[in-house]
Amino acid sequence: MTNETAERSQPRQRPIVPFLRLGEGGEKPYLVARKCKNCGALYWGNRVACARCRQQSGFEEVRVSDRGTLWTYSIVHQSMPGIPVPYVAAIVDLPEGISVRCTLVDVEPDPAKLPFGMPVEMVTRKVREDKDGNEVIAFFFRPAATS
Amino acid sequence: MRDVYVLGVGMIKFGRYPERDVAELAAEAAMLALKDADLTIDDVQLLASGNLFQAHAMVGQRILQQIGQTGIPVINVANACATGSTAFREAYLAVASGEYDIALAVGSEQMGKAGLLGAGERRESVEGILGSGLMPAVFGQAGVEHMRKYGTKIEHFAKISVKNHKHSVKNPLSQYQVEVTLEDVLKARMVAYPNTLYMCCPTGDGAAAAVVVSEEVKKKSNRKAVKVACSVLTSDPWTERDLTLPDVNTLTRNAAQKAYEKAGVGPKDLDLIELHDCFATAELLHYENLGLCPEGEAARAVDEGWFEWGGRQPVNVSGGLLSKGHPLGATGVANIYEIVTHLRGEAGERQVEGAKVGLAHVIGLGSACTIHIFTV
Ligand SMILES: [Zn+2]
Repeated sequence: MTNETAERSQPRQRPIVPFLRLGEGGEKPYLVARKCKNCGALYWGNRVACARCRQQSGFEEVRVSDRGTLWTYSIVHQSMPGIPVPYVAAIVDLPEGISVRCTLVDVEPDPAKLPFGMPVEMVTRKVREDKDGNEVIAFFFRPAATS
Repeated sequence: MRDVYVLGVGMIKFGRYPERDVAELAAEAAMLALKDADLTIDDVQLLASGNLFQAHAMVGQRILQQIGQTGIPVINVANACATGSTAFREAYLAVASGEYDIALAVGSEQMGKAGLLGAGERRESVEGILGSGLMPAVFGQAGVEHMRKYGTKIEHFAKISVKNHKHSVKNPLSQYQVEVTLEDVLKARMVAYPNTLYMCCPTGDGAAAAVVVSEEVKKKSNRKAVKVACSVLTSDPWTERDLTLPDVNTLTRNAAQKAYEKAGVGPKDLDLIELHDCFATAELLHYENLGLCPEGEAARAVDEGWFEWGGRQPVNVSGGLLSKGHPLGATGVANIYEIVTHLRGEAGERQVEGAKVGLAHVIGLGSACTIHIFTV
């Protein structure tokens, strides 16, 4: 029991979804996709066989880029109780050929500020603590710093 | 497969019935359809019942408990927003197969005020954090995608809302019968860009029913029958972004292609169309998906009023989901009610004159698409 208490006093970090990896030893967090070994189709999570090529050739885990471009979005002004609005609900294309559903942050929720194809980059933030006291870490995208 | 006809349709006014049981609402619609077909429940050999929120609660059998427990086979169907139209298709297939001569399809739903915002979603833990899985946002994103591809403006979507609200004024069974101006629509509260409040369908309760019969039964009846020229159901094939943005376009295009082939008609032959305008953005996309206008020209077609009552091809003269309402399980059968009523020349003030061919389209996100074409 004392061990458990000790663990609780040092909050651990937990990704909000399994395809977000938090990185170790100072490594930046990143997303991982499952890649069909036959046709190369990418998925967030497991498939029994490939939904695209129908082959059961197995999948390999691939690390995908933390930079992408804005494909489309909506600005949500009415959501479920307790969820702060407005937020920019976006679909971001990654260079590996998979898109990701995400919330855009650090940008005004205004169509004029959301040009199509805008370069974006991934950031992670703590969004809450779970019932065991772990910090729940989520990923977001924001307009990419121009390099 | 043999020919199948709709011999009767019925529908209750969409709205809110908090004091009623959903099976009662469904039973009322069923009785209207049977009376319309000049048949009784004793004639019915199979019942297909569509209901989403009570998918596990044997609504079909409860309908029979309300109107006659004849012991016939009952199929309870759930298929997202395509629930009602899938139930209709089950009734159609039962007769087309030759196994039955008279089948009844009923679609019903009691949504209360929960509505589409939470419907079918258990995303409390990631909603707003990992984007949005809410219907208004998903259809907002699909609309914005069209803006990106073709330069469509929010005004084009808004004009569709104006049209459908205007149509609904002449439909006594519509949940709302109120005209709105373009300014009203654009200035209304934003729900999920670019869809404002009037560009989102309301929540509500409702029921609709249809009786389908074989040619033999049709010949013995004095009622005017409408032929089911095709019944098509598709699911979403693998497409590039379907994983993250449900692709409502490809499965509709696939269904449309099959439907036109099977029915032996083309989009130009349609005298009226009831399509799935859960949001104004969706209606605009489906103009192109159903081939009602050339690719990328939906906005121009809207500006030129192609799809208004009195225009070249009226769409959603019932008021559409945007104004007539969208009680999920009832919607697919209600669309069929509207088409059949026009093809029989019984649509009163909103009648599309001389209508001979009509199409009913429904989409359920996840995804399922039905298209039925009717002819007289
Ligand atoms: Zn594959």
